[in-house]
Amino acid sequence: MPWLSYQKALNRALGDELARDPAVFVLGEDVRVAVSNVTAGLFKRFGPDRVLDTPLSEQAFTSFATGAALSGRRPVIEFQIPALLYLAFEQIVNQAHKFSLMTGGQARVPVTYLVPGSGSKTGWAGQHSDHPYALFAHAGVKTAVPATPEDAYGLLTSAIRDDDPVVVFAPAAALGKRVDVDHEGLGPVPLGVGRVHREGQDVTVVAIGHLVHDALAVAEELADEVSVEVFDPRTVYPFDWDGLAASVARTGRLVVVDDSNRMCGLAAEVVATAAERFDLVSPPVRVTRPDGAVVPFALALDHAVQPDRAQLAAAITKVLKQ
Amino acid sequence: MALLTAVAHAPGSDVGLYRTVRLIRRFEERAVELVRSGDIVGGIHPYTGQEAIAAGVCAALRVDDVITSTHRGHGHVLAKGADPGRTLAELAGRATGLNRGRGGSMHAADFALGILGANAIVGANGAIAAGAAWAARQEGGDRVAVSFFGDGAVNQGVLLEALNLAALWRLPVLFVCENNGYATTLTVSDAVAGTITGRGAAFGIPSATVDGMDPRAVLDAAREAVDRARAGGGPSLVECLTYRFDAHHTWEHKARVRYRADDEVRSGRERDPVTIQGDRLSDEDRERVDAEVEYTVDAAVAFALGSPHPDPVGALDHLYATGMRARPGGGG
Ligand SMILES: Cc1ncc(C[n+]2csc(CCOP(=O)(O)OP(=O)(O)O)c2C)c(N)n1
Ligand SMILES: [Mg+2]
Repeated sequence: MPWLSYQKALNRALGDELARDPAVFVLGEDVRVAVSNVTAGLFKRFGPDRVLDTPLSEQAFTSFATGAALSGRRPVIEFQIPALLYLAFEQIVNQAHKFSLMTGGQARVPVTYLVPGSGSKTGWAGQHSDHPYALFAHAGVKTAVPATPEDAYGLLTSAIRDDDPVVVFAPAAALGKRVDVDHEGLGPVPLGVGRVHREGQDVTVVAIGHLVHDALAVAEELADEVSVEVFDPRTVYPFDWDGLAASVARTGRLVVVDDSNRMCGLAAEVVATAAERFDLVSPPVRVTRPDGAVVPFALALDHAVQPDRAQLAAAITKVLKQ
Repeated sequence: MALLTAVAHAPGSDVGLYRTVRLIRRFEERAVELVRSGDIVGGIHPYTGQEAIAAGVCAALRVDDVITSTHRGHGHVLAKGADPGRTLAELAGRATGLNRGRGGSMHAADFALGILGANAIVGANGAIAAGAAWAARQEGGDRVAVSFFGDGAVNQGVLLEALNLAALWRLPVLFVCENNGYATTLTVSDAVAGTITGRGAAFGIPSATVDGMDPRAVLDAAREAVDRARAGGGPSLVECLTYRFDAHHTWEHKARVRYRADDEVRSGRERDPVTIQGDRLSDEDRERVDAEVEYTVDAAVAFALGSPHPDPVGALDHLYATGMRARPGGGG
């Protein structure tokens, strides 16, 4: 079977949706030449009315997409760097997200905001390395963080077909992942449904995005001592609380590994909900970035502010001891 | 080193301008090599080809004037007087770097020299320069602020908002647009409606286009604008026409993106600021400056690569100016 990379999966999802639905179009910076590779070949295949290179005007083109969406189109915006979402935060959170309710249900805003290369790209420093998916979850904007190529394909497809705005973060550390799957094996993955990547009895590790791969590696490393279940929510909002509840009902223990800042991050929400809803046999532990993290440039420092495998292994050991 | 740098030249003299463009050129060429060797992680946006702009503008400035720079900022930082060794150490993420290894290529800053920092967000620095200019005026005196930005930035709302504020409040700020024809792969003609100087003119800001390949032409325009700002005449905009000789970013050296025809690149590189300025020097002066620059850059590389890496224990040092410590992540 052919090996499909995460990046190629995004590319294929875009191509398939552009082909399937004439309302879909892609816009963003350098998408014609496909600097990020995600739009490779699409300009040639679909032409300038479906693949639009924009000037560096993120605020305008984000609300431009809202306007087109209000008029029946399904725009997909590619943002070159995660920090550009801060620039367009008003346009996404205060405009696109609010139209449906504020118009008493008259409006729908089916825009997809795609960030290929979120989180640290190692060596891109403070303004290029954030992973702000928890901000959008907090605001209530549907938000997906696929971990694998097949989920990248499936979640991007669902995002494009969804009638609400959806942010899709494709973590830089996951873009190179490959999976042995053919085209027929790919399909939409519903928003709000998690995935158990590995079953286990002793502890549930909730891992998000690229950290799913770290969690699987740690689970394997510790396999002789502890049976780890790896739960990937896939969408951070809406969150698959029932899926997580079922997992925790089996294991009784919870660790969350999350590339958000600790304060009000995604792990904070998972742990809070667990405290309210789940019967845990020991207090949960979260592994996150520090509060208010600014990713320093030097590589060792960059790594030091991101959750890592040793921290995750220690967290697993800790919940088992208690 | 002391021996070779003993002969000082005013930065605005022909020799001084040549020294600056030559230094930036050789610095960038060596930095690209260090990207290739893996000593600089994350790559750089080479300034090669655009040296005349940093050299000309900064030659019109005093040490107490301030600049804000861009993702393609090494030239600005060096021209404003930053130490090449510490600048290169910053690019290599070393503890001796200008920012103690915390900022890297896109954030190099040296506040002692009025370098308020490169900035990785396009268009973000114009408003910062406007605020700095206002504060400078409030202090009394006649200091000015310069914002360097690319043609890509002229379509950012915040930059246009900054032009308005600067004009409205007659701030001593110089907006320097380096029009190299491209924002990454997008041409100016595909991106800019109207003109770049027209944006300044719309706010009543004196705006001119100059040959950004000629350090003298840039210096003349910058002097006029800086003199006006110091005299209370408000902001100016100077559009410098230039060409980027190298990649948008060094990742392009490995990627297959193609957006500039070989012919275009060849002819774009024909007018070279280093040659233009070098031809104004006697052979003797030129050789002497070249040797001195070579020595300086060799020493900078040796200093950078010989410097220690910062200790990861201090990864969150300086997060807060007050010294407040952040709660760690990890499993704690
Ligand atoms: C607001 C913003 N949008 C997009 C980017 C990604 N990006 C970095 S440099 C660049 C092109 C900038 O072009 P220009 O301003 O002309 O400067 P040049 O690179 O030509 O020096 C882009 C799109 C960014 N850093 N900031
Ligand atoms: Mg440009």
